[in-house]
Amino acid sequence: MSESGTEPIIKVRGLVKSFGSHTVHDGLDLDVRRGEIIGIVGGSGTGKSVLLQQIVGLLKPDAGRIEVFGENVRDTSPDEYRNLRRRWGVMFQDGALFSSLTVRQNVEAPMREQLDLSDDLRETLAGIKVRMVGLAEVAQTKYPSELSGGMRKRAGFARAIALDPEIVFLDEPTAGLDPIGAAAFDTLILRLQAALGLTVFLVTHDLDSLHAICDRIAVLAEKKVLAVGTMAEMLEVDHPWVHEYFHGPRARAALETKGGR
Amino acid sequence: MTPRPAQTEESRSATVDATVSDGCVFLSGDLLIETVERLDRDVAEARAIDISGIEHLDTAGAWFILDLGRRISPDGDDVSIKGASDAQSQLLETVRASMPPETAEAESRPTLSDRIEDIGRATANAGRIALELTSFLGEVIAVMGRLAIHPRRFRMTSLVHHMQQVGWNAIPIVALMAFLIGVVLAFQGATQLRQFGAEVFVVDLIAISVLRELGILLTAIIVAGRSGSAFTAAIGSMKMREEIDAMRTLGLNPMEILVVPRILALILMLPILGLIADVSGLVGGAIMSWLELGVSPSVFQSRLVSNTDVWHFGVGMIKAPFFALIIGIIGCYEGMKVGGNAESLGRLTSTSVVLAIFMVIVVDAVFSVFFALVGV
Repeated sequence: MSESGTEPIIKVRGLVKSFGSHTVHDGLDLDVRRGEIIGIVGGSGTGKSVLLQQIVGLLKPDAGRIEVFGENVRDTSPDEYRNLRRRWGVMFQDGALFSSLTVRQNVEAPMREQLDLSDDLRETLAGIKVRMVGLAEVAQTKYPSELSGGMRKRAGFARAIALDPEIVFLDEPTAGLDPIGAAAFDTLILRLQAALGLTVFLVTHDLDSLHAICDRIAVLAEKKVLAVGTMAEMLEVDHPWVHEYFHGPRARAALETKGGR
Repeated sequence: MTPRPAQTEESRSATVDATVSDGCVFLSGDLLIETVERLDRDVAEARAIDISGIEHLDTAGAWFILDLGRRISPDGDDVSIKGASDAQSQLLETVRASMPPETAEAESRPTLSDRIEDIGRATANAGRIALELTSFLGEVIAVMGRLAIHPRRFRMTSLVHHMQQVGWNAIPIVALMAFLIGVVLAFQGATQLRQFGAEVFVVDLIAISVLRELGILLTAIIVAGRSGSAFTAAIGSMKMREEIDAMRTLGLNPMEILVVPRILALILMLPILGLIADVSGLVGGAIMSWLELGVSPSVFQSRLVSNTDVWHFGVGMIKAPFFALIIGIIGCYEGMKVGGNAESLGRLTSTSVVLAIFMVIVVDAVFSVFFALVGV
């Protein structure tokens, strides 16, 4: 799946970001390879979501370079940025669906914005995406307020993959889901990643997800990426926080059940 | 799947082609979301689709291939799709599982009977809201009665806090508004009355309209916009965060703690605000009459005292507590109706203001008829 050796699809170098006197990132480096699922972990307040927001251009870094598809996200003209955005999809924590639109219209929104499609085709394709994420047929015409949390997340995922992006950014996709729903979401990510050839940038706290679907894990601590590697490599890391994270009671439980997937 | 062409410009220029020969459709090029609409889907005779010439394929392209297959053999015989790479066939399988149902039901347009039904529903709904508001009013009165029996349960601090919020803090805007209304009335009245040489009657005009109607009505409208909406928003956000439920589980009555102090504060403060509005309206009128018509303040005062029945003031003041009750009840009731999401909070807050202002004006009209009948 991962074509190691090629140029990374996301390349972050020397990233610095602070809010007032509080420094979140200080010289952060990160590479994401094409076609992999990378899990970003870290304690609360270590700037996982801030990193995601900087990569997709919602927040401006104070210093450093962020390249996606080999292009510097900060130095793009509005047109180039538009093209970049066309090639990635973002799913926010609670789906962030537009509340005035139905689920299918939400998925249609990026198509409407970026492409010139006939109404029929757009509806059909949006319908396919909604079914792909495992939402029932009746959910298509429902409004976000009528959906459960898990369904909203699925609908948010459908909107993120509406344009067949190359990268999807997922911000805590399994937070707040019951274990069955979370496992189903993991499977969904894995299935669509394989079918659509996605690169997945996954911000998560869910140890089960990390075990189940991530090819590599990046640990954010001390204002930078402390360690990157596979799960097995993470277990070897000496740093006290990393050790505690991957050897704590919950981590052990997740590790033991890994075979069950 | 192979990555798509790097630039959108390139994908715009991406080519796709379909040729039919030997009962087989040959597709080639980039079958992407941008290009699928260029292809003609009306293929008459074919038994197979060959996609070995496809370089880039996305979900839309996969849908196109599967849809083409369906069109070629609508009776369900699977048309064989040849030449797919591993990644492509995986994508095809995923999309096949998500294809739209074959009998897509047409969305029916609303008919005349649907519209009549909508009107009926809206009417029934309005009736239900009226009923609920009445029952809410009853509940508030019952709780007030209980508090009168057990005065120690009454939340004095809360009452004072809300009196400050809805009363004291509203004084500047209410006074300014009424002052300007007085100015406008004097100015407009002066231009009209001067034509008849009846400038001095501007005093009667200002006194009667401000004291009887405008002072209290406009104060009520401002308070509905200021405090009625604040009641809905505050109680609604508590409802949203389940604070109201938490209160109930602790044996606290939200009617007692949240609703009654707010409504009482309004009932106590609105007459005072109305009085302030009356005074500043008269002051505004007097100043403008002086500047524009040369009616000196002492003339204004003596004419006001001798020619204006005190009942004009009384009529205005009598209405104040009723307006306060309407604004308070509607504001709190709409707040209690907020559900679990933020949309309902916004929607009900605006409903609360509109409904409160509307009801205030309706009741004002009813009072006008009533006072005309009893002859004050």
